Amino acid sequence: MTSLPATTDKKLGLVIDLDTCVGCQACVTNCKEWNTGGLMAPLTDLKSYGAEADGVWFNRVHTYEVTGHEACGASASRTMHFPRSCLHCETPECVTVCPTGASYKRTTDGIVLVNEDLCIGCKLCSWACPYGAREFDVFEGVMKKCTLCVDRIYNENLAEEDRVPACVLTCPTSARHFGDLGDPNSDVSKLVASRGGVDLMPELGYKPTNKYLPPRARKDSAAARPTPELKPITADGFLGWVDKLLSR
Amino acid sequence: MAFTAPLENDGVNTSPHVADEVKTTTCYMCACRCGIKVHLQNGQVRYIQGNRDHPVNKGILCGKGAAGIMQHYSPARLRKPLKRVGERGASEYAEIEWDEALSIATGWLSNIRATDPKKLAFFTGRDQSQSLTGWWANQFGTPNYAAHGGFCSVNMATAGIYTIGGSFWEFGEPDWDHTKYFMMFGVAEDHDSNPIKIGLGKLKARGAKFVSVNPAQTGYSAIADEWVGLRPGTDGLFVMAIIHELLQSGSVDLDYLVRYTNAPWLVIQAPGTADDGMIARDPQGNPLCWDQKTKTPINALLAEVAPVLRGNFDVNGKRAVPAFELMAQRYLDNAYAPDAVAERCGIPAATIKRIAAEVAHVAFQQQIELPIAWTDWAGRKHDKIIGRPVAMHAMRGISAHTNGFHTCRAIHLLQMLLGSVDVPGGFRYKPPYPRPIPPGPKPAGKKGATPNQPLGGMPLGFVTAPEDLLLDGQGKPIRIDKAYSWDHPIASHGLMHMVISNAVNGDPYPIDTLFMYMANMAWNSSMNTRGTIDMLTAKNTDGSYKIPHIIYSDAYFSETVAYADLILPDTTYLERWDCISLLDRPISDADAAGDAIRQPVIAPDRDVRAFQTVLLDLGARLKLPGMVDEDGDPKFPGGYPDYIVNHERAPGIGPLAGWRGDGTAQGHGAPNAAQLDNYIENGCFWRGEIPHDARYMKMANASYLAWSKQMGFIPKAEQIVLQIYSEPLQKFRNAARGHGPVQPPDKDRARIETYFDPLPMWYAPFEEAAIDPQQFPLHALTQRPMHHYHSWGSQNAWLRQITSQNRLFMNRTTATAQNIADDDWVWITSHAGRVKAQVRLVDGVNKDTVWTWNAIGKRKGSWALNPNAPESTRAFLLNHVISERLPNSQQSNSDPITGQAAWFDVRVRVERAADHEQNDAGHNFGALYPPPGVTTGPDVLQYGAQFSEAAE
Repeated sequence: MTSLPATTDKKLGLVIDLDTCVGCQACVTNCKEWNTGGLMAPLTDLKSYGAEADGVWFNRVHTYEVTGHEACGASASRTMHFPRSCLHCETPECVTVCPTGASYKRTTDGIVLVNEDLCIGCKLCSWACPYGAREFDVFEGVMKKCTLCVDRIYNENLAEEDRVPACVLTCPTSARHFGDLGDPNSDVSKLVASRGGVDLMPELGYKPTNKYLPPRARKDSAAARPTPELKPITADGFLGWVDKLLSR
Repeated sequence: MAFTAPLENDGVNTSPHVADEVKTTTCYMCACRCGIKVHLQNGQVRYIQGNRDHPVNKGILCGKGAAGIMQHYSPARLRKPLKRVGERGASEYAEIEWDEALSIATGWLSNIRATDPKKLAFFTGRDQSQSLTGWWANQFGTPNYAAHGGFCSVNMATAGIYTIGGSFWEFGEPDWDHTKYFMMFGVAEDHDSNPIKIGLGKLKARGAKFVSVNPAQTGYSAIADEWVGLRPGTDGLFVMAIIHELLQSGSVDLDYLVRYTNAPWLVIQAPGTADDGMIARDPQGNPLCWDQKTKTPINALLAEVAPVLRGNFDVNGKRAVPAFELMAQRYLDNAYAPDAVAERCGIPAATIKRIAAEVAHVAFQQQIELPIAWTDWAGRKHDKIIGRPVAMHAMRGISAHTNGFHTCRAIHLLQMLLGSVDVPGGFRYKPPYPRPIPPGPKPAGKKGATPNQPLGGMPLGFVTAPEDLLLDGQGKPIRIDKAYSWDHPIASHGLMHMVISNAVNGDPYPIDTLFMYMANMAWNSSMNTRGTIDMLTAKNTDGSYKIPHIIYSDAYFSETVAYADLILPDTTYLERWDCISLLDRPISDADAAGDAIRQPVIAPDRDVRAFQTVLLDLGARLKLPGMVDEDGDPKFPGGYPDYIVNHERAPGIGPLAGWRGDGTAQGHGAPNAAQLDNYIENGCFWRGEIPHDARYMKMANASYLAWSKQMGFIPKAEQIVLQIYSEPLQKFRNAARGHGPVQPPDKDRARIETYFDPLPMWYAPFEEAAIDPQQFPLHALTQRPMHHYHSWGSQNAWLRQITSQNRLFMNRTTATAQNIADDDWVWITSHAGRVKAQVRLVDGVNKDTVWTWNAIGKRKGSWALNPNAPESTRAFLLNHVISERLPNSQQSNSDPITGQAAWFDVRVRVERAADHEQNDAGHNFGALYPPPGVTTGPDVLQYGAQFSEAAE
């Protein structure tokens, strides 16, 4: 069993906008290219060029349809893109189940990491995580996971504006945001407040740090976007109306 | 503000070494041309990042771009020139030296050039060096040149350029910062990739409404406020119904139409005469309008006139009517009322009416005004610019139909009626556009090809009248693809999809050598893939191939490699020089002209050469003018970078516009030896900003027009009048009616007369009109996954993990009615053939439509994939059921105006495969085997491990 810090100085995490994500996979491959050479390198790929190719990815985007939900607006369904990665929970069971102390939550910034030197590959953490955020490297026999790009966000070898997680740096629609969710005055906290950001499966009690912004209401009906109806010109008809004096 | 590293004491190095050096260049993982920063460690690519300073992507990078590492280190890369030693398709190759390869090519080509240059068909695919390749064809002397535009988006380019003097994507963009209502038509995940995503992010942040008109609710459509899932090929009807609503309610911008379009121009109404439908003109050729004050016909280009928009007028004894009235009469007709089109579009009339009302409300009740002082073409000063903040963007879903040209024109007409072209919140031009309508030059090659002589101009251009067509003495096509003939008169990008078929049929004539670059014609780039393979291997009775020689350049072991006789291995995009030129398809944005380069960031580890350098080498060996000096020595011994810097198309005009002359000149200037260094210092791009008062109303803005002329983009600083009514089209129609010196043969008269309508029209797609809709009840489409780009992504170890099998997406209700369940394997059958696919049932697709991802399926054994890879066993190409010809016809499956390949016209039926067929796609194409140097990629890939060690 591994213990958790009672509190952390900061709660660094991501805010992901489900209203804006187009499912382009930019965050997925950018995470891959950064992290396969980063702290938990490599992100091994098996059967890379064959059937059932299967690699380690810290971030995946799933696409599925939702039907009969109010977020569908006037449509019967809506297509959702759902980016999924470690939520850096405040009380993550993936840490507390770890028999060796390999999994741990940092006291300074709240990032959940794995110390590969201590990992025995027992996979208890991946069974404990309900979000499927853990990634077992079968080839190396150790557990890997999102590091929140801990090797980027403080990296003095990078320009200051580049010191954000790779997924945030690259997101083409600005659907991903990074910051301290423990600071109510941070940009990310204000964004969560203004958009009604939610925890993923809060009922499980792990207190995820990452937040998801729900889709905005659709403006696809007369009720959702009241607009005066177009009325035919009656007096002289349309071609009478154009007789007004016009000049080039 | 970044965070400071805390004292965690967990042994994690939070500041690892990242790069020995960072080099900028331009991405080539798709056509988008984003700026990238390539981080290198020990000469290997550690990380590719978007360049924050770059005008296209502004720092972000898409899913493809970030996977460029795997493209560069792909096992499918070719390593050395190859020649075929077995039969075509038998996968028997021999590696040869470059000298031998170039000698073989020079032998074939010099023979052609000395006898009949048009026997060379030189077609490049997704080529970003068309100003070089087109010029090379010109110097060689063959008219048979084009790139892939004919099967991509020529309808969008041509309809735009002939209507508003610009186009969606390449030569225009929505005003993302100001628009309040954005309509996107038929955009299948890219074109252009990152700017659209950045723009949609901005719209979402501002709360602007986003309407996506697309049969499938994926990608961008998924985040739209409103998804209009109409029936494929009916976008034109939908748009015309909106136009009907706007006209009927007087919701059009008459001031804009009078000032900036040809709405007031008088059109002669003299049926049966050569003048019918032509613009009434004064003796100097100026168009006439009817002046309300003087009650006379007057030069419509003058500033101080008060033109009328309706009425019948006598002009020199002929009846004439303003173009506006002709337009209004057409769309006011109840045939275009929402109630009349709703069923065909598959969209309720109430929805069409509501969208029309919303568009009108935003354009006219929510107009915006930017306090930008500007001067119009006539010298009149204005203290503000009025914006109608409705913007539109359209791409392949419009383009890839036989009615695509007219549909695209209809969208531009809608924009003009709203007054939303190049205004704040609307569509904005990107330099070098707007240009005169149509712009020059005309296509070269009217005299055909002359031995050992250049063609006399660029093979692709813009025709203005039947006299500009490329026809021989008998009125037959001069070009192998029949572009600029009566088959496809305004085929501005050629018809790459017809080259192989026409050459093998000897119609209009056989060829000697097919020379291709970056076009996978033996697989996913062809309609009728099976037939194309058969044609590539077809023989004459004497055992010789019907296409005697095939030269192909590709960086990878694509399917087409197996059908070439001579293979010239290209570099990857990280190993090469390139220029993204204003002479071709630059990286301009609405506020600036721009161009860019690629620089090699990594040296090739194998015996490959950049295609453009090889082309210049071949040109020198062939002694082509412009490629050798007076002594006959190579003029560009330094290859492509030498050409990029030193070639001048006209005095002072070269491939790159930045840092010319002494290094300070833009646009014009002598070659500058330090130019490439200047580009590299600036991040490998140049951006020349348009003056602040010249960024809107470009077609009529004196400051813009002067700047554009000074840059060499337009010949004269004159107003560019937008064309709601297209007189060039009417000229073709009149020729079909028996007027003028160049007329179509009788068999083509009715077709030309029908489709060369000077106003946007709608007709059912040709295949739909030719088949029995009971037998083929469904439309079938492809879309590109945002994370793949055609076959380039298939050998990418990361991208293929995201998608390696494409499903057939089918409407759940439609499928259930046919007892088709999720995951079933089904046969997709068209008039042309059938292919098997596994279905995925969805709600978010038009009920009469099935669709799939494009180009995931691969021929077994190709692309260095394991033969059991899902790409070859479970994925499929829809291409197998699409024909390059119309059902029971020799007419090509193309737009009748432009020759655009009508990929999206295909009609199919879908039936559950038999129980014993429920395992896989059951492809019966034989396997291909890799050439020397290509082996199936490794089972275990641990790219990056080397960097973590270095970082410690």
